[in-house]
Amino acid sequence: MIAWTIYITFAGAVVLLFMPHAFSRWIALVTTVAGFVVSLIAFFQMSIVDLAHFNTIVRVAWVPMLGMNYHLAVDGISLTMALVTGLVAIASVLFSWDVDHRPNEFFFWLLLVVGGSYGVFLSADLFLLFLFYELVIVPKYFLIAIWGSTNKEYGAMKLTLYSFFGGALVFIGIIAAYVTAGSLDLNQLAEFQFAPQLQSWAFPMLFIGFAVLAGIWPLHTWAPTGHVAAPTAGSMLLAGIVMKLGSYAGLRVAMNLFPQGFQIWRGWMAVFAVIGIVYAAAVALRQRDLKFVIGYSSVSHMGFVLLGLAAANALGVSGAVLQMFSHGVIGALLFAVAGRMVYRRTHTRDLDALSGMGLNQALPFAAFSFVIASAASMGIPGFSGFAAEITILIGSWKTYPVAVWITGAGMVLVAAFTLRAVKQSFFGERSALGGSTASPGDAKSYSASPTFVTSSAERSIHPPDLAPVTLAEKFGACLLMFATLAVGLYPKLLLDRIMPAVETMRFLSK
Amino acid sequence: MNYLELVRLASPEIVVVVTALAVLAIGLASTRASGICSFVAALGLALAIGAALMLPRNATLFHGMLVISPLNSLFKIICLALAFFTVLLAHAKNSLRNHGEYLAIILLATIGLMLLVGSEELLMIFIGLELTGLSLYVMAAFDKTDVRSAEAGLKYFLFGSTASAFTLFGISFIYGMSGTTGLAAVGQKLATQSIQPLLFVGIVMTLVGFAFKIAAAPFHLWAPDAYQGAPVPSAAFIASGSKVASFVVLGKIVLVGFGPVHGSAAWHAMTAGWAPVLAVLAALSIVIGNLVALAQSNVRRLLAYSAVAHAGYTLLGLVAGGRDGFSATLFYTTVYAFTLVGAFGVVALVRRETGGDDLQNFAGLWSRSPLLAGCMSIFMLSLAGLPPLAGFFGKFYLFSVALRAGANHGLLWLVALALFGSLVSLYYYLIVLKVIFTDQSGDAATSIAARLGSDIELLQRITLSVLAIVVLLLGIMPGILLTQIAVSL
Repeated sequence: MIAWTIYITFAGAVVLLFMPHAFSRWIALVTTVAGFVVSLIAFFQMSIVDLAHFNTIVRVAWVPMLGMNYHLAVDGISLTMALVTGLVAIASVLFSWDVDHRPNEFFFWLLLVVGGSYGVFLSADLFLLFLFYELVIVPKYFLIAIWGSTNKEYGAMKLTLYSFFGGALVFIGIIAAYVTAGSLDLNQLAEFQFAPQLQSWAFPMLFIGFAVLAGIWPLHTWAPTGHVAAPTAGSMLLAGIVMKLGSYAGLRVAMNLFPQGFQIWRGWMAVFAVIGIVYAAAVALRQRDLKFVIGYSSVSHMGFVLLGLAAANALGVSGAVLQMFSHGVIGALLFAVAGRMVYRRTHTRDLDALSGMGLNQALPFAAFSFVIASAASMGIPGFSGFAAEITILIGSWKTYPVAVWITGAGMVLVAAFTLRAVKQSFFGERSALGGSTASPGDAKSYSASPTFVTSSAERSIHPPDLAPVTLAEKFGACLLMFATLAVGLYPKLLLDRIMPAVETMRFLSK
Repeated sequence: MNYLELVRLASPEIVVVVTALAVLAIGLASTRASGICSFVAALGLALAIGAALMLPRNATLFHGMLVISPLNSLFKIICLALAFFTVLLAHAKNSLRNHGEYLAIILLATIGLMLLVGSEELLMIFIGLELTGLSLYVMAAFDKTDVRSAEAGLKYFLFGSTASAFTLFGISFIYGMSGTTGLAAVGQKLATQSIQPLLFVGIVMTLVGFAFKIAAAPFHLWAPDAYQGAPVPSAAFIASGSKVASFVVLGKIVLVGFGPVHGSAAWHAMTAGWAPVLAVLAALSIVIGNLVALAQSNVRRLLAYSAVAHAGYTLLGLVAGGRDGFSATLFYTTVYAFTLVGAFGVVALVRRETGGDDLQNFAGLWSRSPLLAGCMSIFMLSLAGLPPLAGFFGKFYLFSVALRAGANHGLLWLVALALFGSLVSLYYYLIVLKVIFTDQSGDAATSIAARLGSDIELLQRITLSVLAIVVLLLGIMPGILLTQIAVSL
């Protein structure tokens, strides 16, 4: 059943190529909605007991000579990731409703990213998983290089080469596992006893490879530039889905296959996680570009995922998976507001410039969504971010109490930069005073040109004439807000399915 | 052995010879009959493929001078198919003068390739090499109006004949050591003998000749000029057909003939033999090819340097050795050949349309011809090794075989180098695609496009689409070709 998410998405992508431009966005919308509905049906149909194991749904011999199978399977973790993929895909189509420059191609590449992601989340064959994983690289390049904005070619190339570099490391790890165990089946491999010596180098190889895509410090530098350069839908997909590919595969492949390697290295993982959380939050605090702020916040949030994984107990890892879902939704929403609702209308993402515009009155709906998203991102109770992060922190308290202390301090920084972004982008003081809110000290330290300040002052005197938020945008934003609220208020909905699946994995420390 | 039997066993070669003569005659009789010439040549090649399919499974003629085995027949068919696509791509309204002669030479080169893959005897292999080589030198220099073409032909000839001399010298040594020229017999002799320095001289010299043929560094210096200067179909054929056949023969020579002196290229356990030699060639090719390709602004030159790098990857399978290694090499080189014919086909059309093949000539190709742009992206991404294209599977297979071969992951250094090379190569392939998809075509190009935009012949479009589909299909279902290769080994 859930395998159809992949087929529908790729079929939609191919159909798009042969359709007139006028239909392209509708086809994309129908395709993504269909994919989401399929995973939703699977979500309600499959019993929780079934989801505890990585159960095969399709298995066809593919290249029998080399032991490759077209093998898909699903458990609670995969299903959760498929759900967030569907949600973000729909929202990203809705937020690209106005793409009129080569729309067919745009949605074609977009659907390839989505389809490839479904594929990664559902693959139970190592080669198949890697195939889908690499499949996602090139569409991202085109999405950014053609439809992007600031410094797009640089951002696109950097992102692509980083991903491919990670892919190369993964490649070696995968082949090492394959030639040692003689199988590519993830379930079989998970029961194979690899020699400790192999595990000690294959685990970091694989995990670092995947961590590149997950945006884990210090391999995160593609993320901010990539996000900034990408079109809105591109950033949404990157933050919402693509970064999760890395963390998901790190869990499913690296940790699950090489438990002893994981035990050796998990202390380092916790160290990197904590540094990432604090460092990225601190950097975000100093950014002027709204998208840079959100880009670094993604890195910070992915640090939580890593911390949860490093905790190596059911609670921490489940929290990490929940955080993947949660950040997928929240990150997508933040980028949607910043990229589509604000940037497309004001043509600036500069926080100082925005603060003079009084956007909370010009775009009330955008302000509303951004506040919700920020609250969720800061970890206010009631939103999914809180549920996920508290689970992670409780989980890692048992193993790394010091890390939790430092992370707690980091969360203050997260709150600080989020509030700063909210205040400056939407609730800057308007009127004549507005121009000078970018205080002289600030202007100097950021070397803002004097004309810049006057122009923002001028704009604030004449209220900006901004197009109202469209229906498509409202739908997309409401969908994501609903998701973060639903999971925040009732996290059991997902945790009940994630937890048993995590508990069957063998890397958990006894 | 009666003559009828001989005719039956050599029927593919005979069909191609007859076709070559017929095409030559038609070309001489009428200067305007280029369409008929192409048609006859394509038909002859198709017939030859049919004849190759009808061959018996196993037969040996003249003590191994001509051997029919599933492997040889398979690669005869592949060489014929490559020639077929080259002939289709060479067909054009404003093609070269003396189109008939040109096609006849392609066909002669094809016969050389068939002899090359169809022989397991050193002398016959040398004759095949020479027949192929001489035809390809002429093909490279065929455009008499272009001084670059002459340069390409001359360089190719000078380097090629030197390399041939090396090969012949090496073969003579090996004959001297073993007293035979049949590959299997050489292998048996070497297994019983103690290893002598003279033998290594022979082996290295033979390998040098082949390294030239497959354009492995540091014997690649002819390739950039030949690929760039020669008429595009010639370059395509040099890069594809000649390379496939050379790899088949090289594999046979080292694995069958030199099998006992394999040596080892594992990092901590290098022992003398041909494997370390090939490993060094592979490493050099990967590094030099990829790094120099970064600096190219001409697409054909870029493809040439990338060809050097790909020769390096392909050698990995031979270094690993064994049946698995050989089949990985064969799979990769076949896929590569089809991809490269396609890529050169796109280059030919762009060159015809805009008058050049520099990167800027490709600017905005997307808006001028979405089909060409789509095909080119499939070829480039397959060369870069991205899924779901054939190059991805080929690389996976090749690298996994190499990593399995050396005990204790001894070849990891070579695999890591190759992966690093792929990373570098992704950059320059993406640059080509970036130019195609994001850059705007210059004024000159658009005006030419407006004039000639509709002039891209239907035949070429179909050929390129077919090649793109082949590359895609072999990526999604690599089993088709892989089982063919595996059962024939």
